[in-house]
Amino acid sequence: MDKPWNNKAWFFVLPVFLLVALSAVIPLMTVVNYSVQDTFGGNQFFWAGTEWYTEVLTSSRFHDALIRNLIFSGIILAIEVPLGIAIALSMPRKGIWVPVCLILMALPLLIPWNVVGTIWKVFGRTDIGLLGYTLTAIGVEYNYVSNAVHAWITIIAMDVWHWTSLVVLLCYSGLVAIPEAYYQAARIDGASRWKVFRFIQLPKLKRVLLIAVLLRFMDSFMIYTEPFVLTGGGPGNSTTFLSIDLVKMAIGQFDLGPAAAMSIVYFLIILLLSWVFYTVMTNYGVERGK
Amino acid sequence: MLELNHVSKQVGRETHISGVSLSLERGSLNVLLGPTLAGKTSLMRLMAGLDRPTSGQVLMDGKDVTGVSVRNRDVAMVYQQFINYPSLTVFENIASPMRIAGVGRKERDRKVREAAELLKLTPYLERIPLNLSGGQQQRTALARALVKGASLVLLDEPLANLDYKLREELRVELPRLFAESGAVFVYATTEPHEALLLGGHTATLHEGKITQFGPTIDVHDRPADLVTAKTFADPPLNTARVRVTGGHVHAGERHLGQLANAPPDGEYTLGLRAHHVSLAANDRYQTALTVRVGTSEITGSETFVHLDPDVAQEGATSHWVALTHGVHRLRAGDSLTVHLDPSRYYLFDTSGVLAHAPAAH
Amino acid sequence: MARITLDKLAHSYLAAPKSDEDYALKQIDLDWEDGGAYALLGPSGCGKTTLLNIISGLLTPSAGNVLFDGQPVTQLSPEARNIAQVFQFPVIYDTMTVAENLAFPLRNRGVDKREIEQRVNDMLSTLDLTDKARRRAAGLTADEKQKISLGRGLVRHDVNAILFDEPLTVIDPHMKWQLRTRLKELHEQFEHTMIYVTHDQTEALTFADKVVVMYEGEIVQIGTPEELFDEPAHTFVGYFIGSPGMNILPAELQGSTLISANASFQLQRNYPVLDASHVELGIRPEFVRVESASAKQSDSPSLPYAITSVENIGRHRIIRGSVAGHALDAILPEGKDVPSEAVAVFDESHINVYSDSHLVKPRA
Repeated sequence: MDKPWNNKAWFFVLPVFLLVALSAVIPLMTVVNYSVQDTFGGNQFFWAGTEWYTEVLTSSRFHDALIRNLIFSGIILAIEVPLGIAIALSMPRKGIWVPVCLILMALPLLIPWNVVGTIWKVFGRTDIGLLGYTLTAIGVEYNYVSNAVHAWITIIAMDVWHWTSLVVLLCYSGLVAIPEAYYQAARIDGASRWKVFRFIQLPKLKRVLLIAVLLRFMDSFMIYTEPFVLTGGGPGNSTTFLSIDLVKMAIGQFDLGPAAAMSIVYFLIILLLSWVFYTVMTNYGVERGK
Repeated sequence: MLELNHVSKQVGRETHISGVSLSLERGSLNVLLGPTLAGKTSLMRLMAGLDRPTSGQVLMDGKDVTGVSVRNRDVAMVYQQFINYPSLTVFENIASPMRIAGVGRKERDRKVREAAELLKLTPYLERIPLNLSGGQQQRTALARALVKGASLVLLDEPLANLDYKLREELRVELPRLFAESGAVFVYATTEPHEALLLGGHTATLHEGKITQFGPTIDVHDRPADLVTAKTFADPPLNTARVRVTGGHVHAGERHLGQLANAPPDGEYTLGLRAHHVSLAANDRYQTALTVRVGTSEITGSETFVHLDPDVAQEGATSHWVALTHGVHRLRAGDSLTVHLDPSRYYLFDTSGVLAHAPAAH
Repeated sequence: MARITLDKLAHSYLAAPKSDEDYALKQIDLDWEDGGAYALLGPSGCGKTTLLNIISGLLTPSAGNVLFDGQPVTQLSPEARNIAQVFQFPVIYDTMTVAENLAFPLRNRGVDKREIEQRVNDMLSTLDLTDKARRRAAGLTADEKQKISLGRGLVRHDVNAILFDEPLTVIDPHMKWQLRTRLKELHEQFEHTMIYVTHDQTEALTFADKVVVMYEGEIVQIGTPEELFDEPAHTFVGYFIGSPGMNILPAELQGSTLISANASFQLQRNYPVLDASHVELGIRPEFVRVESASAKQSDSPSLPYAITSVENIGRHRIIRGSVAGHALDAILPEGKDVPSEAVAVFDESHINVYSDSHLVKPRA
């Protein structure tokens, strides 16, 4: 009697399961496997227990990279979310400019990461890059290769340029879905532009903002290509984020055990922080009502 | 014939439908009547096969179709929102289910034109739905459901978004269309008035349960219980707590007349329809009741007088409405004597079950 | 509170309207008294919502003026006109509580804090929402949300008018009764000028002192509910108001005798000689008696009535059929039987005469 709702459905889901198993679960398990063992090469492994985890969690190298990541993601969210909302708010709702704006906004999203890195790398060079040359010409000593602050600013600028569009497009879709009657009612109630934003637009954007924040957080926390292309993590270790450090450790030094442990920790941190964002944002304002 | 056997639907901890048993004949029009969230749409989704019941059985012409998905069920559905293919003309829209079914071109043409004629869509066949009025869009959706020749046609408040007058006209036409096609028709509505105009059979829904099912006018005239009577009343049912002793009805100290074929002595809830509260006394309306006038609403031919019977004296458990012919201008707050006919009383016992109903006329 | 005047108002959604058909509103002249309850009634597309938006200031008319108490406000924004509006779908501020929603228009206008609290509390009890004051507005039912929308207008004591755009569309029938009467009570209590747009005759007639019936961008009649029922100025009004609408039969007028459906009706009043070719008789189903053909003949002519269907709607039955090939609806009161061989008898005092679809006024 209680047979599955539609047996055919499983046939369609099965390939995806296999794909996910091959692409995610099996590699993840391999990494877990590495993270609890030690090797001296020659495919010989020894049980290491939690040794690597302890080493990773207590190393100052890991702490420094983690702090860099947190600061970077914080800055990215603090710039991209308000900026994205602001741009979305100022975009036209109807008329011939709508498709123009949408295409302009979508353009950066179409460019691959490494190309973005190269574009900015060239753009910022003081000898041939438009930005670097201009800055130098007007007397600013701009050099991302030797100045850590300059390197950071360049990476942030890259990310903002590349990804703010995503926030804009998400917010814009949320804004156009608000019925006209809300704006009319607010005008009649004498609400200011700010109050319209605060009490109508922002609450109605909550869902899309949640998605935008999650996507931007996860993505910025995994930043790799931009610093890698630009300075390879330098100058010094100033742009060595967790992902870069991980690659250095795993491929540069071939420390598979600690690298695997770090991967796991890194993964758990992203998962934990995403969950925190999600819970905080979905619960915001709910308790007050009950 | 569509049969539901003890069908229930549980979503998480909430019960949407609980223990519904129904059997609906082919060629019949069945109204699901109940307020918003009573379970009308949930029940229709179960009938269609869009949802699977948590327990119970759905049978179509005797065959168990409980687990069969909507694709394999030969169902047509029309929603409150006007849903058509936006890029297809009215003609193509109506023809679409037949194209999918592989009906021949000639046959398709003939059927589309027939349905268009019935639903007064002939002049618009080459237009795109979005350029039509709401009524025309919904008639397109209805025509599509009609030509599909499905054995089960579900209409979920199909007229709710249409103009009052247009609704009135379509309501007259719909039962005729239904009778001709030989399918099982189910029509959900929140409006008692609509159920009465459609006729056929009515199932009243309350909190996911069917409280009564039968010929529409019977359910209206002899509601099985208080909940059904309230669901099937517009204006709302007037109620009061009364005591019956030897056929005499008392509300508090007030005598409200004597009943023929009275139920046993005891406590009851009196139910009285708005058009059975008269402003004038005559040989039948002999029981006088003094009330305070609330608002009066004049429609031009009738007046709805809102009344506040003295709760302590008359035991009223609701605000009362009197529906009277002609125009009566009454001042709010004034005291007024209305007249009741005891032969029009409904009595419900303490558990809400019908104990006495007016004789049929 | 204000008297509202519409002066030669016209509107087209096109930039350069050419013919009459390009206008959503053809010329409209109206005078609405201060404190009155008015309804704009008509089918969708008749221009009623356009007119409402022009009054509220959400739309600027192509021609003509809107005046509040004689002062032109045509160019003023909605907030400057000081009006309130309740929309078809409840508009509430989701993140605010019920009380905060009601306080919102007052806060925006910089009303004193204590004054706000006082007025919001008054409004909460007027609307029976006191026990839900601290609840978030998002979790309420549709009728409660509509009450809040209305309350946001009422809480501003000085509004010039409150406009309603089909406010009961999403409300269940039982709640409609409650909200409608509440609205009437509030009108009596606050005496605001209220304008109510709807396609639903029951809502329009029960709410308004005067109903403006619109059709294809024009006003076809302004009248009290009784006037609209008894003497529809146009056959459209006769059809649009009443369920079922008025019966319209082709006819011929000879002095005070009206010939229709092979019978002569003696009219109670004198009519001018009509040269119009297109004369019609109008009679409401309420004034058509259905009798048995064998019953005693009355003074009025009995028309053989071919009944095609009977709809029992509880308090009465609607009879549909035809006389001499013309469709005729009648209402049969509760308790009367449908005769097997029926005749229709018209109440001659309620026969209206139409010439080219317009009501012919009898001579005084």
